[in-house]
Amino acid sequence: MSYAIQARGLAVGYDGVPVVRDISFAIEKGEIVTLIGPNGAGKSTILKSLARQLRLLAGTVELDGRDLAALPARELARRMAVALTERTRPELMTCREAVSMGRYPYTGPLGVLSPEDEAQVDAALETVRARDLGERDFNAVSDGQRQRVLLARALCQQPEIIVLDEPTSFLDIRHKLELLAILRRMAREEGITVVMSLHEIDLAQKISDKIVCVQGETVAQFGPPEEVFTEARIRSLYDLEQGAYDPAFGGVELPRAEGEPQVFVLSNCGSGVPVYRRLQRRGLPFVAGILPTNDVDYHLARRLAVEVVTQEPFGEVSDAALARALALIGAVPRVIDAGVTIGPGNRRAQALAEAARAQGKYERVTE
Amino acid sequence: MEANRRRKRCALVFAALAAALALTAALNVSVGSVAISPAEIGDILLRRSGDVTRSNIIWQIRLPRLIMSAILGGALALSGFLLQTFFGNPIAGPFVLGISSGAKLTVALTMILLLERLRAVSSWTMVAAAFAGSLLCVGFILLLSRRLRHMASLLVAGIMVGYICSAATDFIVTFASESDIVNLRGWSLGSFSGMSWEQVGAAAVLVGAGLLGAFLLSKPMNAYRLGESYARSLGVNIRAFRAALIILSSLLSACVTAFAGPVSFVGIAVPHLVKRALNTARPLAVIPAVFLGGAVFCMACDLIARTAFAPTELNISTVTSVFGAPVVIAMMLRRQRER
Repeated sequence: MSYAIQARGLAVGYDGVPVVRDISFAIEKGEIVTLIGPNGAGKSTILKSLARQLRLLAGTVELDGRDLAALPARELARRMAVALTERTRPELMTCREAVSMGRYPYTGPLGVLSPEDEAQVDAALETVRARDLGERDFNAVSDGQRQRVLLARALCQQPEIIVLDEPTSFLDIRHKLELLAILRRMAREEGITVVMSLHEIDLAQKISDKIVCVQGETVAQFGPPEEVFTEARIRSLYDLEQGAYDPAFGGVELPRAEGEPQVFVLSNCGSGVPVYRRLQRRGLPFVAGILPTNDVDYHLARRLAVEVVTQEPFGEVSDAALARALALIGAVPRVIDAGVTIGPGNRRAQALAEAARAQGKYERVTE
Repeated sequence: MEANRRRKRCALVFAALAAALALTAALNVSVGSVAISPAEIGDILLRRSGDVTRSNIIWQIRLPRLIMSAILGGALALSGFLLQTFFGNPIAGPFVLGISSGAKLTVALTMILLLERLRAVSSWTMVAAAFAGSLLCVGFILLLSRRLRHMASLLVAGIMVGYICSAATDFIVTFASESDIVNLRGWSLGSFSGMSWEQVGAAAVLVGAGLLGAFLLSKPMNAYRLGESYARSLGVNIRAFRAALIILSSLLSACVTAFAGPVSFVGIAVPHLVKRALNTARPLAVIPAVFLGGAVFCMACDLIARTAFAPTELNISTVTSVFGAPVVIAMMLRRQRER
C-alpha cells in the first residue's frame, strides 16, 4: 500500500546547508502527525520542505506513491494546503476573501469564483465556526480568529494533506482546544492527513496518532505517542534539567524544593495536592505519607516531596512504613493534616495525627 | 447581501470614473488658448468640417495630447500598482524607486547620440531605450533589496538612484548641442505637449499590451496578497510571476518616460485613492479602475498644467506633485494609525 506521505532519508535545510538529516517516516491517510522538539531544532524546516517551500537537500518524499518533486504545481496545490507562521498584513482584505484564496487551484484564468467555489468558502467558514467573521477585515481580527480563518483557507483548498506550522501559538487555551478539535474531526471524518508542529507537548500527546521528535540534526524518534511520551524521552529531547514531565497526564512540574524537610503532610485521595503546591511555591521542602502507590497524591508527591512514605495499593500500612513516618514526624517542626480518609487498609495511620498532636506540631487544613 | 453591496460599490466607482473621464476629455478638447464653441467642436469631430486652423488645433494638437495623457496616465498608475504588488508596499512606484529617472537617462543619451546622425528618432527606439534604462534601474534596486531588507531603506536607495540618474541627465543636457536642447529640456521635465498620432499609436499598442498582461496576472496577483509562501502553496510559480511583474511595470513606465518624460506621484497616489474608493484591493477590480483613475488624473493635471498660467505651460510633474504628494502623505499617516 502507499502512504499519504512517505519520507525516505530526507535532509532539509537552507542554502544547501542541512539543518536536519536522515529523516524517514511514513504517514497513513487520516492520521494526525505532530512534530515536537526544542526551538530551532528544525521543525519548521521539515514542514516547509514537505510543502515544497524549500528544496529537499537529499532523499525523497512521496505523496500517495507519487514523487513530491515531480508533482505539477496545480496538482500539489489540490493535494496539500498549508497554514504557516508567516504573518502578512494584506491590504483591504476581508476574512472571506482570505479564505477564498484557497480556491486558487480550482478557478479559471482570471480567478473568478463560481457559485460552487462560493459554497466551498461558506462550508469552510462553517467548519471552523467563523461565518460571522466573513466580512471583517483580516488585519482587524484577533489571533485566534485569524488562525481559524487561515485554517478555513486551507480547508477550502480541499486538500488531502494539511501542513500547519505551530497553529496554536498566540492562541489562548480555549482557542487551542477548539482548533485541535476541528483538526481531529477533519482527520476522522474527512480522512484529511494532518502534519503539524506543536510547542505544547501535553496537547501533542493527546491529539496525535504519531509523533516525530526533532532534536536538531536528526529525528530522534518516530512513533505513536505511547512510545514517545515517556519521562526519559521528553527529558532528553528537550534537555530538561529542571522540573519533571508526567506522561500519564501530560503535565509538567516545576522542580521540587530540596533540603531538610520542614513539613510532614498527612493526606490521601487528592486532599494533599493543593497543600503540596502551596509548599512548593513557598520553597518549603516537605515529606508526605502514608500514601498508597495508586493514590493521586502519591503521583504528585513523588515529584514534589523530598520523601514519600508509601503503602501497597489495597494493602495495609506496614510496620516499617509506620515507623518511618513516625520518625519523620519527630524530625519536622510542622505536621499539616490535609484530610485523611480512613479505611480498613490504613487504620494504623491514625496514630500519626495523634503523635503530631502529642508533640504540639499538628495543624489541620480546613477547606 | 454584503457581496451585493460590494458589487454595487464597485459599479458606482467605475461609473464615476467613466463620467470623470468623459468630463475631463470634453474639457481638454474645448479649453485652450483658442476658444472653440461646443457646437463647432462637434462639427469638427463628427463631420470633419469647419475652419481649417481650428480643425487642426483639435485634430493635431488637443486630441492626440488628451488621448496620450489618458493612455500614459493609466500606464503610470498601473505600473505603480504592479510595483506595489511586487514589493508588498503601497509606497513603491516607478518614480520613487528611481526607475523613471533611469529611463530618462537612457532616453536622453539615445536622443543625443542618434539625433546627431538622424533627423528624427522613432517612438519605438525611444521606448526601447527607456525600457532598457528602466530594467537596468530595477535590476539595481533588486540587487539592493537582497541586502536592504527594510522597505524604507530600499525606497531611500531608489530615490538616490533617481537623483544620480537625473544628475547624469542634466549633465548630458547641459553639454548637448543647441538644437537638441530645445527638445530635451521640455521633455526631461515632463510634458504631454507636442504628441503626434504616430506616437499615440505606438503608446496605445504598448500600453494595451501591458494592460492585457496585467489582466492575465490578476489571478496570481490576488494569491500573492497573502504573501509569497501562501502563493507558492497555491501553485503560483513565484519566479516567473515576479519576473512578469517587473517586466510589465518597467514596460509601462518606460512608455511614459519615452513619450512624456518623468511624471511623479501618479503611480502611488492613484492606486491608493482607487483602492480606498473600491474598498478592496482585488487586482481584477483594481487593475481597470487604476488605469481609468490614472487616465483621469493625468488628463486633469495636464489641463491645469496648460491652462492655469496660460500662455505659460507648467511641467506636468509640477501639477501631479501638487495633487499627488499630499495623498501620499495622508496615506502614510493613515497606515501609521492602523498599525
